[in-house]
Amino acid sequence: MSGAALSLRSVKKSFGGRTVLRAVDLDVAASEFVSIIGPSGAGKSTLLRLAAGLETPSAGRIELRTTGHKADVRMMFQEDRLLPWRTVLGNVVLGLSGRDRDARAILRAVGLEGRESEFPVGLSGGQRQRVALARALIHEPDLLLLDEPFGALDAITRAAMQLLLERLLAARPRTVVLVTHDVEEALLLSDRVLLIKEGGIARDFIFDRPRPRHRGDPALAALKEELLDGLLTAEDLPGGV
Amino acid sequence: MRAGGAVGLRILLPWVLPFGLLAVWQMLSVTGTVPAAIVPAPSDIWHAARELIDRGELQHDIFVSLRRVAVGFGIGASAGLLLGVFVGLFELARELLDRSLQMIRTIPHLALVPLMILWFGIGEEPRLILVAMGSLFPVYINTVGGIRNVDPKLIELGRSYGLGRIALIWSIVVPAALQPILVGIRYALGVAWLTLVVGETIASRDGVGYLVQNARELLRIDIIVLAIILYSIAGWLSDLVTRLIEHRLLRWHPNYVTQGKS
Repeated sequence: MSGAALSLRSVKKSFGGRTVLRAVDLDVAASEFVSIIGPSGAGKSTLLRLAAGLETPSAGRIELRTTGHKADVRMMFQEDRLLPWRTVLGNVVLGLSGRDRDARAILRAVGLEGRESEFPVGLSGGQRQRVALARALIHEPDLLLLDEPFGALDAITRAAMQLLLERLLAARPRTVVLVTHDVEEALLLSDRVLLIKEGGIARDFIFDRPRPRHRGDPALAALKEELLDGLLTAEDLPGGV
Repeated sequence: MRAGGAVGLRILLPWVLPFGLLAVWQMLSVTGTVPAAIVPAPSDIWHAARELIDRGELQHDIFVSLRRVAVGFGIGASAGLLLGVFVGLFELARELLDRSLQMIRTIPHLALVPLMILWFGIGEEPRLILVAMGSLFPVYINTVGGIRNVDPKLIELGRSYGLGRIALIWSIVVPAALQPILVGIRYALGVAWLTLVVGETIASRDGVGYLVQNARELLRIDIIVLAIILYSIAGWLSDLVTRLIEHRLLRWHPNYVTQGKS
């Protein structure tokens, strides 16, 4: 088994007086791919940032378990957050030293061979996110947290990035938590889908269709419809139907 | 060949206006439209320059002025950068220093000239102090502003990738603040020259400002105009140097990217 197991016990988070997450319990098994979907402001990103240690919970406990070593957690953000003054290679080796050879290998794996010495300014949105992915993967993280990393990309680039991510994870499995507003993306990539609403987990189910999955798969399409219906509440509908 | 011609044109074009004006000016002087007692002809100024060079005065005065700007600006800009980094990074330094520095900044530093002369006479110190004061604040303000405006998302990224405090400052804060800092340096260089002119005109025994002062007493308009031209060349050269540095240091920046493959 590779990757870290993540567990949240009655985790609460509030900013000022506003409660964003109320008593969330969650167990993610090692090498499981979990997607979190839900309306904006439901607390998806907060949950991810708590798992990344970028925020501290107002109450409750968050634990990471690995076999032996200290868990390495890496997060990929919706914005690529590349340092514009560093070359592609320099961005990948951020915080590391003497890892140029590994960085080159990982850039080859994400299809950016030959672009190592360029600055991010010359790259397209998809290429920039691939650099950000390489920067996360070079650490061989036990837990990879993805906060809508493909949300800002066009449909074709997004599909290519999803394929790339799936291929890289098949080669080296690790625990992944993906926050997305794209229900189809969640169903294409994950073993398990969580629906978060109003600061709590509203649905939690295993989706074990064989891979590779296809957008046209009727089971996938049906589930997508159902989830979208679940996401829409009466007040979201125009005219209050 | 066509590309070569275009490059040649781009190099020549900025010189058309100055040399054109020079030609018109010479013509107006030769025909007597502009009397030499008001503005001497370019050829007369050239002769005045030759005369001063032969006596070794011009080289000496230019050298003295350049050294004053270099030393004064060097001290002022370094102090501004250092203070700016501290105040930008540390809340404590900001509480301690920022208000006082802002108060000193609002004093027109040239108003201190009489005081400086009383304190130091007409030695080197008053001019160096004035030039340093003039250069300090543009660099200080832009450094503080640049550092405080660093994108917090990049800081968060650096932290989550395990950068320590020093590495965070060196790899993220300084490069992110570099552009405003360089703007401050460019501006400071202009102020440094301006301050020097005033400083040298008022109390001096050498330097380009002294040259002007002396020429005024001897009614040598040609030398006065020569000195003004020297100042403009010096200003242009120092701006050119800082712009070259800017292009080198900010070559990653979208605004400075030179044409290449995308």
